[in-house]
Order: sequence, then C-alpha cells, then structure tokens
Amino acid sequence: MSARDEIFANIRRSLGVKGSETIRKQIVQDRLERSPKGVIPARGQVSGEERIALFKTMAEASLATVTEVSSTADVPQSIALFLRDHNLPATLRMGDDPRLKSMPWGDTTLEIAHGPSEGSDLNAVSHAFGGVAETGTLAMISGHENPSTLNFLPDNHIIVVSAKDIASDYESVWGRVRFAFGKGSMPRTVNWITGPSRSGDIEQTLLLGAHGPRRLHVVVVRE
Amino acid sequence: MNVHSTSPQFKQNAARALHDVQLQKALNNVKQGFIDKRQAAADKLPEFEALRDSARDIKNHTLEHLDLYLEAYEEKVKASGGHVHFARNAEEAREIILNICRDSGAKTVTKGKSMISEEIGINHYLEANGIRPVETDLGEYIIQLRNELPSHIIAPAVHLNATQVEQDFRRVHTHLDAKRDLSEPVQLLTEARAVLRERFLAADVGITGANFLVAETGTSIIVTNEGNGDLTQILPKTHIVLASIEKLVPTLDDVSQLLRVLARSATGQEMSVYTTFSTGPRRASDADGPENYHVVLIDNGRSSMLGTSFEEMLRCIRCGACMNHCPVYHAVGGHAYGWVYPGPMGAVLTPSLIGVDKAGHLPNASTFCGRCESVCPVRIPLPKLMRHWREREFERHLTPASVRSGLGLWGFFARRPALYRLATRAAMATLGFAGRQRGRFTWLPFSKGWTKYRDFPAPQGETFQARWQRERKGRTA
Repeated sequence: MSARDEIFANIRRSLGVKGSETIRKQIVQDRLERSPKGVIPARGQVSGEERIALFKTMAEASLATVTEVSSTADVPQSIALFLRDHNLPATLRMGDDPRLKSMPWGDTTLEIAHGPSEGSDLNAVSHAFGGVAETGTLAMISGHENPSTLNFLPDNHIIVVSAKDIASDYESVWGRVRFAFGKGSMPRTVNWITGPSRSGDIEQTLLLGAHGPRRLHVVVVRE
Repeated sequence: MNVHSTSPQFKQNAARALHDVQLQKALNNVKQGFIDKRQAAADKLPEFEALRDSARDIKNHTLEHLDLYLEAYEEKVKASGGHVHFARNAEEAREIILNICRDSGAKTVTKGKSMISEEIGINHYLEANGIRPVETDLGEYIIQLRNELPSHIIAPAVHLNATQVEQDFRRVHTHLDAKRDLSEPVQLLTEARAVLRERFLAADVGITGANFLVAETGTSIIVTNEGNGDLTQILPKTHIVLASIEKLVPTLDDVSQLLRVLARSATGQEMSVYTTFSTGPRRASDADGPENYHVVLIDNGRSSMLGTSFEEMLRCIRCGACMNHCPVYHAVGGHAYGWVYPGPMGAVLTPSLIGVDKAGHLPNASTFCGRCESVCPVRIPLPKLMRHWREREFERHLTPASVRSGLGLWGFFARRPALYRLATRAAMATLGFAGRQRGRFTWLPFSKGWTKYRDFPAPQGETFQARWQRERKGRTA
C-alpha cells in the first residue's frame, strides 16, 4: 500500500468512515462552494472617511507610516519627499504595474529601475491589490506588475493603495480575489503585510528590520 | 525515527533548569511580556471569544472530514502545477525531502521556521547527506549555531540572553572584525540580517512549514514577523512546504477566522507582519518566485489520534499561548520537556507522538491551574487531556510503585467513607497536637518530597469534613 493510501485508510479507520458517504461528501462540497463567513468584527464595518481613518490608525499602530494624496499624479512627489525626509537615496525600483507606470515620475529626480529585486535595492514601490481597515493590512498580489521580491528585499518598501480598494475586512478582499481569479483559484502569491519586518527573538525586545523592510510607508490615493 | 528525546529524564532536566541562572533570567521575559500583550489584544476585540468558538468549530469540522478535505486540497495543488507527497513517518518525509533537494542539485537549503521540521529532524539528515541547511528565523538561526532544539514554539531562543547570542556570533562569524561592537541587540540583528541575506540569495531550495493549508484553493500559508519565510520561498528555484495533515482548513474565509486569533494569542499583535498565501510555482505572468513547488504532507502519528480523546489536540494552531501562561514552563523553560514541543501542548502531544512510556513525566508536570485551557484560541481542554495521559500511564503500570501503592492505600480508605473519616480525624488530631507549638513541620515521615523544599503547615486538629458538618448544622439550627 502506498503511503498516501495508507494515510487515507488510517484516517478513515480512525473516523469510522469509508470516504464514499454521500452526505459527508455533500457537506464538504457545500462548504467549499459556499465558503460561509464566520464572525466578522464590528470594528471594520464602517465606510467612507471613517474606514480610511481606521485603516490609517491601524497601519500606524503596526509601525507603518501613512501619507494621503489626492490623486495618482501626486504620488511620485510624495514618495520623493518621503525618501528625502529620511535621508534616503533618490532611487526607486518598481514592477510594470500600469497604475504606477502612468504616474509622472519625470516630475521628480528619482532614478527609477524596473523589474524584480536582486537583493541590493534600498527602495521599492508596489501597488496594493487592496487594504483591510480592520488591522491596517495591505493585500499584495504577485506578478510582473508587482514582483514579490519587492515586498521583502529592499530596506524601504513603499506601498501605494487606492482609497476605494480599502475594504472593511479580509473577507471582502477574498471576494475581490475570487472575482478576479475565479472561485477556487488564487494568484501564485497573496501577501498580507501589516507593518515593517521585525523580530523579538533576542530577549523579547522588539527590533525592526529583521530580514524584510526596515520601513513600510503607505501612500493612500484618495481619488 | 523521530528526533531524539530526553523526556524520560524530565525530572533531572527540570532540576538542572531550576538552578540555571542564565535560563531563569531569560524566562522572566516570558512571564513579563507575552501575558499582558495577549490580554491587551483580546480586550481590544469584543468578538475575540466568539472568534475562539468559531476557530474551534472550524478545526473540529475539518478533522471530522479530514480525508475529504485532503483529497480536495491535493487536487487543487496539482491543478496549480504543484506536487503533493505523502509521508507516513519521519523517515519517509526525510527521504522525500532529500530526493527533491538532490533533483534540484541543492548544495544549500534555507529554512523558514517549522516545528514539523524539528519533529522529523531534517537538518541533521540533510547535513549527513552533504546538504547544508540554514535556519533563517533569527531565533532558529541562533539555536542552530548552538546545536539546540527550540525551547519555545514561537520564540525558539527565548531561553537565551543577548550576551550568549553575542558569544555565539563571535564564535561563528569569524570573517567579521573581531573588535566590532555587539553590545546592543539591534547590532546582533543587523549582523544576522547581513549574514543571512547572502544565504538567502545563494540557496538552491527553500523549505518552509505551513501554519495552514486551504482545501478550497490548494494554498499553503506561512505567518512570520521577520519576512524570512518569504525570502526562503521566493528566491530559490524550489520551494518545499512541510506540513502535518491536521493543518488543513476548508476555505479562505475559514482561515481568516483562525488568523484573527493566532497572532493575538501568540504575540498580542492584531495581525502578524507577513501572512503569505502560496499556490503552486511561478507562472508565466510572474517575474519572480520558485519554479518548483512541493508539499510534503506528514502523518507521523496524527491519523491514529483521530477518533480518540486526543483528537482535540489536533486543533492546535501552535500559537504558544499555553506555555506563555504555564507556571511549570515559567519555572523550567522548554528544554526540560526533552523533545520538540514544550509546555502544556507538548505535555499532551509528546506522549501521542513518542509514547507515554517515554514522555509520561510531561502530563504529570502540571499544577492543573487551567490557565492554558483558558487562553487556548481553539479551546483545547489541555488539563483534561493531561489527566487522560495520567490515567493511561496508571493503567499501563508505568507509574512508580510507591505512587501506585500510595494511591491504592488512599483508594482503600476513599471507598470506605466511615473508615476514611475516622482515619483522617485521628491523623489530623495527632498532627494538630504535635504541631501546636510551632504551627508547622520541617520534617514528617514519608514526606521528604514536600518538606525538603518548604515547611508543612500543621493542621488545626479538625478535618474539613468535620468542620463542614459542624457549620452546616450551625446554619440550619
């Protein structure tokens, strides 16, 4: 008997089932199709300005910094300012996300590089798929538009998120993922990011910048 | 065979731990930090208790239908271009992992934090076969340098102080300036970051665990604060996920419920920094990510726990809250437990996995204060399960003769209430009389285990039952 078959046989023996019972199959099929929501905290169930404000508060509580700009055209200046304020070099790596590409980077002196990171970039910008107000979490989707390496290798990671994509809860983001990729399918990677990298492994002292970015800066675009 | 255990020597381990000055200093960090943080996070979320119920119910539902969810999960992983391997035990898992590494021509392997990888002892096996495993979680990296097991499931190096870490870094990172300043924890972190960054970029294979597996989509999930798990899995050509079979949950909605209680219970964070959902290898639309994606599903004793009273233990999501709140863990630390899983969850799980004959001391090392159960995010009745192990140990005649005869003697009296009352009255009257001067005993026959460490308070001369009778009569009169 193969390892696989024996493990299934053991599970079924322990549970006292055959695996062919119609009712059990129906229950499982039903749950996978309906994906019932569980308990959704009331905290995030706000809309409009209140939701953006909650997202900001929670993101800052996770030690991210947050700036708001009124339109996509203001993003490059805002990022240039952030880098200057922190005495960081005027370099920036990004994927080929059309939303980022269409922004007026030429208005800044930033030196832009494209594509995934090889590990030596100091600064990178990605566009989020969405945000979650409940915990100030950003949802990132892998692909050439926003390579996953940009989320982890640079010292300073900047994430642009549209205010309209900031949802109340995780479940709403899954709803959008299912709509975009089909129910039961996923992009290769979805990263939820809540604040900059940290470790408490030495004497339980919180230190930022363990292996991932030391800084996480979020730019919320209000238009 | 699983990784070697010193659980049978728990008593000696504990005695040594109690006298270890460095360890006792480090354990203070557990007592102070984790408890308050968890409480604050729970207080901030009014739905926290309802979410714990929800988390428990999701895990129960999944375990009852585990065969079907495993099938659904397997199908989805294959559909996304990944490979699924099944391993009955540690040997099979190690063999599968080694073969994947060899097929990838691997020289070095980076590793994210994974308790199942400790359980199957993969690091030593890879080393013995000429492949270098590099732990990348800061705590795991430190204990790998020291050739130790983790002493805590989410804070593996919690038993160490910064000066010990400094000594290890100086011993191992000999390519760096010997005069460098490492007096601050942040300097240690920065050094580890730089050293490990090179390892990440050079690795041929990345091995991670999985906090959860999602049947709906064939997705594996890791939760980290450092980002090491992500660098482990997106940079090398091959990503191997190690997971025991009970990590399954049905849907993305279900896992979102569990994630809401995981970080809050573990570190008191609202959400961990990085929660990563991985589904299959790199796609045509990707600019980075692993070309090969393998999942090794490991049973190693779990399927036999289903349908028994220990099935409830399979709900565990490895948050560490039980050990953070355990007075025994606070006193002796994780290594005394002698195997991979310490604290209350280890006291229940370890006998299931390596046998109660070897790990029988662990469920006995409990004050039954119940704090572990009161904070468990999936409401595992840990004290009840420890009691089950004590019963099994007794049934199998594994308890020492002195304990058995003592229990037998007590049982003889307990079954004869009149005799019991008479005997206890006589005993308490005698002890009360003998101790009336000092109010305590520094020595009593057959009680060295107690009086060696503290005095025994002298009884008042009356038994509890006698007083109960007297006062109840007084009230009704």
